Amino acid sequence: MNELRALYQEVILDHNKSPRNFRVMDDATSVVEAYNPLCGDHYTIYMKVDGDVVREVSFQGSGCAISKASASMMSAVMKGKTKSEVETLFGLFHRLVTGELHANENVEHLGKLVAFEGVSEFPARVKCAILAWHTLHSALEGKTEKISTE
Amino acid sequence: MSSQRQPASILEPRRTFDVERVRKDFPVLGTFVNKHPLVYLDNAATSQKPQSVINALSDFYEEYNSNIHRGVHYLSQKATDAYELARIKTQEYIGAERPEEIIFTRGTTEAVNLVAQTFGKKQVGKGDEILVTALEHHSNIVPWQMLCEDRGASLKVVPMTDDGELDLDAFEHLLNPKTRLLAMTHVSNALGTVNPVKAMIAAAHQSGIPVLIDGAQAIPHLDVNVKDLGCDFYAFSGHKMFGPTGIGVLYGRKQLLERMPPYQGGGDMIKSVSFEKTTYAELPNKFEAGTPNISGGIAFGAAIDYLNAMDRNSAHEHESSLLEYATTQLASIRGLQIIGKAREKVGVLSFVLENVHPHDIGTILDSEGIAIRTGHHCAQPIMTRLGIPATARASFAFYNTFEEVDMLVGGIYRVIEVFGR
Repeated sequence: MNELRALYQEVILDHNKSPRNFRVMDDATSVVEAYNPLCGDHYTIYMKVDGDVVREVSFQGSGCAISKASASMMSAVMKGKTKSEVETLFGLFHRLVTGELHANENVEHLGKLVAFEGVSEFPARVKCAILAWHTLHSALEGKTEKISTE
Repeated sequence: MSSQRQPASILEPRRTFDVERVRKDFPVLGTFVNKHPLVYLDNAATSQKPQSVINALSDFYEEYNSNIHRGVHYLSQKATDAYELARIKTQEYIGAERPEEIIFTRGTTEAVNLVAQTFGKKQVGKGDEILVTALEHHSNIVPWQMLCEDRGASLKVVPMTDDGELDLDAFEHLLNPKTRLLAMTHVSNALGTVNPVKAMIAAAHQSGIPVLIDGAQAIPHLDVNVKDLGCDFYAFSGHKMFGPTGIGVLYGRKQLLERMPPYQGGGDMIKSVSFEKTTYAELPNKFEAGTPNISGGIAFGAAIDYLNAMDRNSAHEHESSLLEYATTQLASIRGLQIIGKAREKVGVLSFVLENVHPHDIGTILDSEGIAIRTGHHCAQPIMTRLGIPATARASFAFYNTFEEVDMLVGGIYRVIEVFGR
């Protein structure tokens, strides 16, 4: 039960229930699909990129609490980040959810994202946490096809 | 919540099946998962194996491992006899007329592909139609789509109702002179619907259309007799009926199998080979190229022995009572919706919970040792038709208990507790 509480933290449940930036962006510079065929998580991620800076991220779609909260928190945290900052954060988040990083040592970089540390105890759920991140990361690298974490 | 834990009294008289004794035959049922006794409710994905099946596998490798159909030595003969005996057991179990009508495959998927690649390629041409239903597993959709693409044919689909039953009026209208085959499931893996296959086979035959039945989900729960059903092909998997993985069956009527070209080329499927011309072996070897899953076939025979030795009628009654009980109990949970309300169902209870994704249900239940399946169950068209991305699915076998249903109910309340905070 303790591991469960660590997975479904208050902040994750909150973002699942009331996802931030959960809307279509009409003036997006990039629109990508995130899809996990195994569990049916399916999101469209919208981005407005201005030169080197991510101005705005929003998303729409449906999926499990972990994938939705992750997409929601990502959309909030990406606002105003440069591409190299996104790169750094993506690396940190990836290591956090795969258990390679201790949250309490990286709070200053990760902020609220440390809530996802509990995912590392549930290997089957890592791909849920990372789905939106992979999609955004690939889109910034110029890959625009549908991203799948399966 | 304590009232949830007791089966309704009307079910009491039917609880004659000695489930505790049966459970002792299945070693894995005694294991612990996440510090809880395993509650295995994912039987539609694969069933657990009795000790006798496990023994049959190890006995083969410990005592008489050998290749079949080729050696003159003692072990090869013994292995061949055991493998061929499994074929005869299968023939008798499903009421086929002859043992050579039983083709061993890797599973249901390969059995369907075999028919698509042989019967299909020979019988299906440009403008023809293959008829499937809205309730199919991907393995009875994709092989036909591939065939249709290859041959310039088209795939037609018998629609279903919101309750998960096939629309039989629409079915009658879809049968036409261009239809080359009806390929349909006996029981839906996602919803548990039992389709009226016998009547549908008869209707198809009236129009001269052969029928393939995907029996993967039916054969663990129903007594299947292919002669009585009248089907031309019946495909199923060993691992869903308490046998090992990697062994399955294609039953085919002899007249049809004989007219079909071979599936794969290689050893065992030939009569004679020269660089100018090869003549193919008789049935069933024509369709069984290469060294087969010998131990799997023999252990599959042991699974059939196990099923034959039990009182299957009372096992089936026990399963029906379980499903009925689980349906009543789950339906009483606020915010829970059962998906698939066909009048005739077996083995499967699919559901969704308000504001909780099935994947999260699966994780929380797993933390209590309860194994269910979540997702689209390899039946995406059903999910699309019902307008849901996924379901949680509990699926039962005769070794499941009423107490396990109660634990499932308790687990679902835990899900609600976690998400309701």
